[in-house]
Formats: sequence, structure tokens, C-alpha cells
Amino acid sequence: MEPKTKISAEDDKQEIVITREFDLPLELLFKAYVEPEIVEQWMGTKVLKLENKVHGGYQFETSDNSGNIVFQANGVIHEFVDNQKITRTFEMENSPFAVQLEFLEFESITEETSKLKMHIIYKSVELRDQMLKLPFAQGINKAHNRIQEIVSKIK
Amino acid sequence: MEIRRDVFQAIADPTRRAILSLVAIQAMTPGTIAENFDSSRQTISKHIQILSECELLEQSQKGREIYYHINAKKMKEVADFIEPFRQMWDDRFNKLEAIMKNYKTKK
Repeated sequence: MEPKTKISAEDDKQEIVITREFDLPLELLFKAYVEPEIVEQWMGTKVLKLENKVHGGYQFETSDNSGNIVFQANGVIHEFVDNQKITRTFEMENSPFAVQLEFLEFESITEETSKLKMHIIYKSVELRDQMLKLPFAQGINKAHNRIQEIVSKIK
Repeated sequence: MEIRRDVFQAIADPTRRAILSLVAIQAMTPGTIAENFDSSRQTISKHIQILSECELLEQSQKGREIYYHINAKKMKEVADFIEPFRQMWDDRFNKLEAIMKNYKTKK
């Protein structure tokens, strides 16, 4: 079966394109990006600020069980067109990674299906590659945290 | 190339990722691994088998017990590829889809 989420990352380029088709009408897909409480659920982070407008900004923050902040990110919104596109920056705070530029394009396929194209531009090829390697380590940590959670509940 | 894809299928499963992170800390017997999960011992044993087949886990015999430990070399090979990044987004998008489907029916 072909994976639903596809990533195109050509060698020696400082950009990637993520595409995904959803079994959702376009309006619902877009809503998942603009309603803070929905963003929180699928991104797994707290949304401190989300201003869906040109010159608006957003701030995400994730804490562990003990309340320590483990992830902070922010950005500004450059373009915002309902059910069409969001152009924004994304910056991970307290990290060696430079700010990146994201072009999000939302498109309707049928009445019940839609598509998202996320075009991300990084500061350099090296930074892009580092960024791509990041989630594996995180995934392992996350799984580990979950185990700790389960284990601490049993005790 | 066939084997490589299998490795990614192996780490695509959250339980298997959790098993890997457990044995990354210390070698464990299948019984000890299973104690960390709600799933049946049989299910966990199946996951261990898949991870072993992909060479992500290695085993060693200590007395009568078999201990599983992580194959660091193989893990590094996997980490060098883009798949984990794709998987992360796929997980997020699957969640998004599930939430919004639910949202739709609630309305």
C-alpha cells in the first residue's frame, strides 16, 4: 500500500515538500489548522497563541509530566487565505536550528476528500538534513516517556 | 532494498518503537519486556520476532535465559534515512484525520 503522507527531499537542496491526502472535506482540514484546541490535539503541544491573519503570530509549547518545558516553537503568518493557504515561519526555540519558511496549500479533491501540500525551505542544505534526522531520536524519547508514564501508574 | 523497507515497517509500529527504547537502556528477557506492556505476552513476542528478523534486536544467552539487546549499528543505519521524519508527519496527519472525522459526526 502506498503511504498516505509523502515526502520529497532531493539531495543537496534546502527544501522539502510534504504532501498528504485526507478523507476530509477541505473545510474540515483547514479548520484543524486554525482552531487552537484542535491543533493542540493532533500536534500534541499546547497552543499559547494562534492568530490566523496576515502579520499574526503563533506560539506552541510542550511540557513533560513534571511541568518542564521540553519544546517551544513560534512563527509569524505572512499569508492567510481561508481554505486555501497559509504562509508562515517556524522557529524552534532554544535549538541550533534556524527559522524555516513554510508554504501550506490546501486543496479540495472531491467533496469528501482534500489535499495538503507543505513546502518547507530551510536556511541551508546541512540544516535541512539535520532537521530530517531529528524526529527519530525524539520518537524514541517519546516512546520512552510513555513507558515511564505507564510504569509510574502501575507502581 | 526489500530488507530496508521491512526495517521501516518494523519501526513504524509504536509498540515496537517502545520495545526498542526499553532495550536501548539495558538488555532484557522477553518476559521483562512483556511486563512493560498491557498487550499479551504472545503479542509482544511477535513484535520481538519482527524486530529480530530486521536485525534491530540481537539476542544473547545468559544461563537459561535469552536476553535481547539493541543492534546499534542497524539503528544508526535506519536513523540516517528520511523515513522517521515522514512517519512523524504521518502520525500527526492520521491523528488530525481521526479528530476531524469525529468532529464531523458530532456536528
